[in-house]
Amino acid sequence: MPSPDLSILIIDENRIRASIIEEGLREAGYARVAVIHDVNEVGRTIALTMPDVIFIDLENPKRDTLEHFFSLSRAIQRPIAMFVDRSDGTMIEKAVEAGVSAYGVDGLKKERVKPILDMAISRFNAFSRLSRELEEARSALEERKIVDQAKGILMKTKGLSEPEAYALLRKTAMNQNRRLIDIAQSLITAANLLGP
Amino acid sequence: MSLPHLTAGFLPLLDSALLVLAHELGIAEEEGFTLGLTRESSWANIRDRTALGHFDIALVLAPMPIAANLGLTPIATPMIAPVMTGLGNNAITVSADLWSKMADAGAPGDLAAGPAGKALAQVIRSTPRTLRLAVVHQTSSHNYELRYWLAASGIDPDRDVEIVVLPPPLLPEALGGGGLDGYCVGEPWNSVGVANFGARIATTKSSIWQWSPDKAVGMRSDWAEQNPDLVAATIRAVYRAGQWCQDSANHRRAAEIMAGPAYLNQPVEIVARALTGQIDGGVQQLSIPDFYVPHAGAANFPWKSHALWYYSQMVRWGEVGFSAANAAKAAATFRPDLYRAALAPLGVAVPAQDLRIDGAQADKHATPAIGGTLELGPNRFFDGQIFDPSAVESYIRSQATS
Repeated sequence: MPSPDLSILIIDENRIRASIIEEGLREAGYARVAVIHDVNEVGRTIALTMPDVIFIDLENPKRDTLEHFFSLSRAIQRPIAMFVDRSDGTMIEKAVEAGVSAYGVDGLKKERVKPILDMAISRFNAFSRLSRELEEARSALEERKIVDQAKGILMKTKGLSEPEAYALLRKTAMNQNRRLIDIAQSLITAANLLGP
Repeated sequence: MSLPHLTAGFLPLLDSALLVLAHELGIAEEEGFTLGLTRESSWANIRDRTALGHFDIALVLAPMPIAANLGLTPIATPMIAPVMTGLGNNAITVSADLWSKMADAGAPGDLAAGPAGKALAQVIRSTPRTLRLAVVHQTSSHNYELRYWLAASGIDPDRDVEIVVLPPPLLPEALGGGGLDGYCVGEPWNSVGVANFGARIATTKSSIWQWSPDKAVGMRSDWAEQNPDLVAATIRAVYRAGQWCQDSANHRRAAEIMAGPAYLNQPVEIVARALTGQIDGGVQQLSIPDFYVPHAGAANFPWKSHALWYYSQMVRWGEVGFSAANAAKAAATFRPDLYRAALAPLGVAVPAQDLRIDGAQADKHATPAIGGTLELGPNRFFDGQIFDPSAVESYIRSQATS
């Protein structure tokens, strides 16, 4: 059961990821969700929103800053510590693997936090998957551009058709036991060196 | 047969040199394993990912595994530190503005801790604003060393200044932008502050406490128990990398490797400063040969007395209570026994004792050793205090009343 009364704070320098997590939490019925992108704003935000649960992405170099801030009890009214339930070690492990760290106020019950943490973990994982796919698509596009350029050079200098140019690149790659993209790249480099 | 692979976490600091060199120079392979280095963005990540087993070993702040064993960390997985990554190698850097006030108050700019601390105390008394100083993590040599220097200079670290935490690479810019008045950090981040942001080095760790510990290679206790051969191989690889790094003929090469984009990503000239001991403090250039000691004077040996000194400072600043049981846990974190056993095949001299008195030696001196003779460096604290590991409680008491 979600506990929609809990106040949640997300600290993430990545604005897109932060909004994906925020959206997920809101869809699940959590109305009190705040997002900041810089740890430096945490003091003011904590005073305003009194979060019960705080997330920070693990790429954020200011995790140490945040933890030190929590350790100064005078800075906040309620003690906050990294959320670790020793009876459920896999939960924290899943969180760290997903790239997120969770903190909660003292005494918060595990059952109340678990659905929130699960949501954050799955959204972090989904974001990583998306980023990876995007990166793969981008590098595939880059590779195609390089191969096209190499084909163009062969067509111009050797008077080949496009399929012949491609076949020559592929044959050379197979003969040399190298990747097609590497052959294409070498060809472009050589053409640049020799060219006018 | 392929070699076993160890994953090691590190932060971009010159102190990672021995792990990096063990990998780059092929020392790890010679010792029978391959080393994969993962650069992390915070000490908190190093702490958690080591505790969870994502890293087999990691460059750690020497007090971090002690804090884990005392239950001060969130994931309190028992940890050990069987080998140190050298001595010294950090400093206290201040903004150009604070330095000019300190100079007016009589700071000579020679990097000596005593006069610089006295000048800072005078500036603090006459400045209405509370100065903000940064360290890299709460349970760090930097935090305890900065606090030691402040307290011995008549400054209350909890009342007279504000101490905040920021990761090493962010410190120079934060100082340059006016968000900080000073910081205590490992190299190259002091030299980067001097070179790029007009900062001045106020004093060095080597002046606050000569030849003192800073970082270690940490690992989970249960992993170490299950992989004794890999632990021994790691100790030997770090020891041999230290040997190579100590040789002045290799300083240039070491600086070139460390300067690379995968490690420090800083100019070779800046990285070389701590390696060669040619420190540009911003006021004058000084030769401090023992600024960073990667190997000499048993620098890689995990003295249990050093673990106890860290523990004394954790108690001093209210992080943990004093008890004989806690002291025993702290001392047991450092593992000189594993160090000696691992180095036995190399036939090199190792300290015969686990504990030593710090602060009493102003010069190089011999120490009882197994397998040869061994000379340690001087170990004075700048305020002349002596740390006797057999009297930790009275040491803590004397600091509380001073």
